[in-house]
Amino acid sequence: MSAALKLTDLSKTFPVGKRLFGAPKAGVKAVQPLSLTVEKGETLGIVGESGCGKSTLARMLVGLLPPTTGQIEIDGAPLDNADPATFGQKIQYVFQDPISSLNPRKTIRQIMESPLRYLHGMDAKARTARIAEIFAAVNLREEFLDRYPHEFSGGQAQRIGIARALAAEARILILDEPVSALDVSVQAQVLNLLADLKKKFGLTYIFISHDLAVVEAVSDRVAVLYFGSVVEVGPADQVFAAPRHPYTKLLADSAPVVGRPLAVPEAKETELPDPLNPPQGCAFRARCPRATEVCGVAMPPLETHDDRVASACFYPY
Amino acid sequence: MSFLRLLSRNRLALAGLIVMSVVVLLAALTPLLPLPDPDVTNTAERFKKPFSEGALLGTDHLGRDLASRLMWGTRLSLAVGFAAAVAAATIGAAIGVIAGFYGGRVDNVIMRGVDMLMGFPYILLALAIVAALGPGLMNALIAVAAVNIPFFARNIRGVTVGIAHKEFVDAARLCGMSNARIIITEVVPNVIPVIVIAMSTTVGWMILETAGLSFLGLGSQPPQADLGSMLGEARSALITNPHSSVVPGAMILVIVMAINLLGDGVRDALDPRLKSGALSRPMPTTMVRRTDPVPQPEGDGILSLRDLQTQFHVKDRIYKAVGRVDLSVRPGEFLGIIGESGSGKSVTALSIMGLVASPPGVITGGAVHYKGEDLIGAPYATLRRLRGDRVAYIFQDPQATLHPLYTVGAQLIEAIQSHHRTSTSEARARAIELLKSVRIPNAEARVDNYPHEMSGGMRQRVGIAVALANDPEVIIADEPTTALDVTVQAQILALLGDLRRERGLAIIFITHDFGVVAQLCDRVAVMYAGRIVEEGPTDAILNAPAHPYTARLMACVPELGQGRRQLAAIPGLPPVVDKLPAGCAFADRCPKAASACRSGDIALGALGPARKIRCIDPEIPVQEATA
Ligand SMILES: Nc1ncnc2c1ncn2[C@@H]1O[C@H](COP(=O)(O)OP(=O)(O)O)[C@@H](O)[C@H]1O
Ligand code: SF4
Ligand code: SF4
Ligand SMILES: [Mg+2]
Repeated sequence: MSAALKLTDLSKTFPVGKRLFGAPKAGVKAVQPLSLTVEKGETLGIVGESGCGKSTLARMLVGLLPPTTGQIEIDGAPLDNADPATFGQKIQYVFQDPISSLNPRKTIRQIMESPLRYLHGMDAKARTARIAEIFAAVNLREEFLDRYPHEFSGGQAQRIGIARALAAEARILILDEPVSALDVSVQAQVLNLLADLKKKFGLTYIFISHDLAVVEAVSDRVAVLYFGSVVEVGPADQVFAAPRHPYTKLLADSAPVVGRPLAVPEAKETELPDPLNPPQGCAFRARCPRATEVCGVAMPPLETHDDRVASACFYPY
Repeated sequence: MSFLRLLSRNRLALAGLIVMSVVVLLAALTPLLPLPDPDVTNTAERFKKPFSEGALLGTDHLGRDLASRLMWGTRLSLAVGFAAAVAAATIGAAIGVIAGFYGGRVDNVIMRGVDMLMGFPYILLALAIVAALGPGLMNALIAVAAVNIPFFARNIRGVTVGIAHKEFVDAARLCGMSNARIIITEVVPNVIPVIVIAMSTTVGWMILETAGLSFLGLGSQPPQADLGSMLGEARSALITNPHSSVVPGAMILVIVMAINLLGDGVRDALDPRLKSGALSRPMPTTMVRRTDPVPQPEGDGILSLRDLQTQFHVKDRIYKAVGRVDLSVRPGEFLGIIGESGSGKSVTALSIMGLVASPPGVITGGAVHYKGEDLIGAPYATLRRLRGDRVAYIFQDPQATLHPLYTVGAQLIEAIQSHHRTSTSEARARAIELLKSVRIPNAEARVDNYPHEMSGGMRQRVGIAVALANDPEVIIADEPTTALDVTVQAQILALLGDLRRERGLAIIFITHDFGVVAQLCDRVAVMYAGRIVEEGPTDAILNAPAHPYTARLMACVPELGQGRRQLAAIPGLPPVVDKLPAGCAFADRCPKAASACRSGDIALGALGPARKIRCIDPEIPVQEATA
């Protein structure tokens, strides 16, 4: 296997308190320098709670946000500072809200034609043929092409979003909460479709979600994000079944599971650390049952424990 | 067409439309009408009274025909006003779109400039511009347009910022579209309705402003007539010959009023929030039209629904959102309602306290008994007394419950004081106590926060605190934790569990998460297409679902700890509730569907002593359910 996507020290700091000219007053580190590798044909799940930097990371990966540091390599070739159109042919994005990712004033045909036209310069005849091909692959009827987005259910709209991403002929798809807006029965339909497409076109997925069960069901490997850093990464069947990092354990214990009594994994109210005033040392310290003074001094590095799981904690389970 | 219909529903706007149509038509036809030349002076005939021979509206101080001058003047004023509006809208919108789309420094520089323009008093700025350019109608037009550009720029910028952050704009970028192309094909089509609204509400003022400049002699130059200059020239004869001022003055009044009424109507009709028929005023409680006899209370539930039917009557369609639902909770009991979106969970919950919006909602049958008293059709005063006091709601979206302009403390205090006579300081102490009970850290300080100063998880907990404010006996919670992170969700579920133990609280908990139901609820009802298809003790149903829909729904939900796998999807979609099939609503998606399933209504029958099911071919034999 070779790496489809390689991130090296990728980070993003958002300026806050901007001034008209000159440097901003402060910065929020939405994504701390992180390095990850995604193999060809792999599905890497990314989980974490709201505000932990999932979408910022995703938007950097498709070129919608310039990274503050680090670089992105696709198939061994670096891709920094390119514009979204260059990214678009290699890596595409499927959005969380299927309806709002489609322009309400365009027909589905116009929406589908954009990537063919502007990324691949196809003529009208080639476009029609290609759209027919893609629609067949995602089980959509061609008569939908002349309708407007509001005429579709969430599940159908998400298929259209996936079809648009396929039209760009990128081999890597970033799926940002692709099923969280859908009902469970439709969610399963879309997840199964994604699995089929992956096999058929040899795609590589980065699957972002806050739903641990969904991520576990679809991913080969999972990375857990907390406060902009990867705190644990490893095979999907191990990360939640036998968490090493205390935060991963907290997540796994909090998820409601049939047949497990209601547990209160965190007794006291705790808030996420303040991004404007980040804590010293381990960001999870205030919530961590295993924390000691050591944790307040330095950031724990992401270390591999056996060859499969890596976690960023001084006292892993 | 529907736009005109919506517009005409607003009587005043319709009146404005009719008046403006007449005025515009007359102005357009002016050159064809047999009118005397408006500019020919005849001092012998000066100040003729209206309705005199040869001059319908009389003449002015130079003996010019007022009727003719009025028509020509109106024509000119309208033209200049509209031209100024179009110019201001075009330039303002272009500035607004560019500032809003590019954001950052571009936005900053442009908007500072716009703010500076807005800092000047409006009319002073217009005067300054005319003073610089010299008097004349064209220059007045430029001045009026210029002072109105900031208004458009600001409005359109705000809307554009919203659109530029929409996901479809990101998608367009990833499709390789350039910024210019994105602005033209993605952004502009979506801001045009806003431009139209802004124009229709301001063109009246622009006509007035142009008239104002002409009145001061800075606009149209003699002998050319526009409404403002007519008024200005008549000024000196205001006392002696008032008709020469009244005629143009009345026309200005009519035009500006008609345009503003029409503009407000256009705004309301184009506003998407009002499109859904919300223009018709909602009633304080849901409309009730029961024809069948009202069911009697039964059983020991504190709140029980019997045969409840709620429909939406939209045009000629009838959506049977809730079709004969039976449910009941006892004190201290947690009842779960599970089902996909559109299955009628929310409408069931809202029907209980008559909170379904009417029109279009109508309760067409059944009863809701609270301690034996029927709430359906109860007087508004009764419902208002119970709402939020004995029976409280928690909604999925805390934004919808909390008012953005009041602190959470003020809202809690109001919730307490609307049902109990307490001093504000007592109520405030209670508010802080409530915030602590929902585990808001530092409650003494947080009580003075505005909703937007809190995170989503905290706002949701405030919503729960509001629900708890008066120690209700029943809480109806509609997906209260769906939008929350799992760690916060776990805390809130634990809190609700404590309240049941401590106060004997009963909860109807709506969700689509089997894990939550399993951990929280004693009994669960599964809804599909507006009806309950299975009901019984949670453990029994989750261990051995009897209805094919329940079984398939459970199978397609991934559960933590089962590893990587293929999910069993249910093919197809639920039926739309205005076209329910005869027989079982699930038949089209059910692998076991037989002809008997489609022939007639299938009743909710007993399955063992504690369970009920609406299916002729359950997944488990009856003995198993009894065991
Ligand atoms: N204001 C309304 N006008 C017309 N139909 C409505 C309205 N509100 C809800 N409905 C319909 O009623 C049905 C039940 O909706 P709802 O109770 O919101 O479902 P759930 O809460 O289970 O997702 C749906 O088919 C929905 O389309
Ligand atoms: S490094 Fe310390 S504080 Fe951080 S997770 Fe590990 S034990 Fe907890
Ligand atoms: S009644 Fe028939 S179609 Fe309906 S769920 Fe039962 S077996 Fe399936
Ligand atoms: Mg609902």
